[in-house]
Amino acid sequence: MINTNEILDTIHMIDQQHLDVRTITMGISLLDCADSDPKIACRKIYDKITRYADRLVSTGEDIEREYGIPIVNKRISVTPMALVAGASEAKDYVPFAVAMDDAAKATGVNFIGGFSALVQKGATPADRKLIASIPEALARTQYVCSSVNVGSTKAGINMNAVGVMGRIIKECAELTADQAGFGCAKLVVFCNAVEDNPFMAGAFHGVGEGDCVINVGVSGPGVVHHALQSVKGMPFDEVAETIKKTAFRITRMGQLVAQEASRRLGVPFGIVDLSLAPTPAIGDSVARILEEMGLEACGTHGTTAALALLNDAVKKGGVMASSHVGGLSGAFIPVSEDEGMIAAAQSGALTLDKLEAMTCVCSVGLDMIAVPGDTSSDTISAIIADEAAIGMVNSKTTAVRIIPAPGKKVGDMVEFGGLLGSAPVMPVHPFSSHAFVARGGRIPAPMQSLKN
Amino acid sequence: MRAIVTVLGKDDVGILSFVTALLAEHKVSVLDISQTIMREYFTMVMLVDCAQIDLPFAELVALMEGQGKEHNLSIHIQREDIFNAMHRI
Repeated sequence: MINTNEILDTIHMIDQQHLDVRTITMGISLLDCADSDPKIACRKIYDKITRYADRLVSTGEDIEREYGIPIVNKRISVTPMALVAGASEAKDYVPFAVAMDDAAKATGVNFIGGFSALVQKGATPADRKLIASIPEALARTQYVCSSVNVGSTKAGINMNAVGVMGRIIKECAELTADQAGFGCAKLVVFCNAVEDNPFMAGAFHGVGEGDCVINVGVSGPGVVHHALQSVKGMPFDEVAETIKKTAFRITRMGQLVAQEASRRLGVPFGIVDLSLAPTPAIGDSVARILEEMGLEACGTHGTTAALALLNDAVKKGGVMASSHVGGLSGAFIPVSEDEGMIAAAQSGALTLDKLEAMTCVCSVGLDMIAVPGDTSSDTISAIIADEAAIGMVNSKTTAVRIIPAPGKKVGDMVEFGGLLGSAPVMPVHPFSSHAFVARGGRIPAPMQSLKN
Repeated sequence: MRAIVTVLGKDDVGILSFVTALLAEHKVSVLDISQTIMREYFTMVMLVDCAQIDLPFAELVALMEGQGKEHNLSIHIQREDIFNAMHRI
């Protein structure tokens, strides 16, 4: 029998340190749902999703009860919708988002991702139609998440798409102004998007994936924070070792849940995503881990180094615990979803520029950041371009999920509720990027040698 | 299927018999018990066998939790696999 202390350790992690499986995400290919008649295509989409994900939520709940481990979200990701809708004669792709939304409601999941387009090098007419449909699609649906990949290390950055996405994000905010621009919280602009990400809002089911797959995202910032309290004042070697051991345990639990879900649903297991995903709950914060390493407030000098260590140690510990690791796999730093980040931003310790620096060493990017409602689309595009450049040059995934909150000014709070939390409105630089964004074209792919 | 029962709470007379009676009622047999009193807190960990169990496992989980609450105890029953996964390579 396992010793009592180990058992009680696990119980404390779950009861007091917010240990949970953040999401079981079922990836479903919709390539076989394409049809020239958009009505038929939408029906096929609804039918396939509801058929495949019929038992997803109930199976997740069964596992949750039997193992005593909370599984916070059950979600679905689908083939980037531009690839499916492109076969149809539809001019407007909103009905496809509505079909996804209806399927999400019917299956009981809390998000469905994949209203997406991959335009890192260029856009097809279908990609353009999908992107143009995003604001209305996100305003009219409840559960649909959208993502657009505008750059990659191999293709460079599509600056035309970057320019368009600045305007689309503004439109999303305006169409959901009554909910503080909530539409923007469901839209991610990526560089180097991954095909097997289980986390929202950026999940989609890549074309290199099989027909259906189960991906699991683990969490556990609270557990790491608690573990670090036992190595106060000790050298970083000890800090890294402690994080590795903790990440190993967290990931083993994720692997077990993933295998069990895969077996019960009869769907192949894809990957475990080793991300540290915070929530707005006290004691479930990535910022507080960084502060535990000796920083007075997250965002001060030393934060980037602390985050680099954390991110690397989580991967090193997690990678041996799972047979297949994938997705985004890194520490998330979403401002509104992390109690410590919110506090740091409110106190002025954490700025947009520091967050940008932090994204050089962690997953995933400028995430859930509220900026003033009068921020121009050019400024948003330029923020996206900066973030995409970091991803492109460093061969990593970066993303921007930013909310130009209508009517809000620096210092105001924007409330989204639930796991999305609340965000203090952060200042952006007042100087224009208009002429930069107006150029369009492509930023060429970077050198992969001469790395300095 | 084997499971781990953990019982945490303020020490009182008859906790052990209360928990084992509940398990016996549903044909769950106890394989191993470890019990300590830390300060005034009662901590018990049991390894149990659910091969003969007479109700769905999820219902037993809810039942034990509910009964525990009524007696001011935190009772968890979880499949053993989760502890093996987390603490054994």
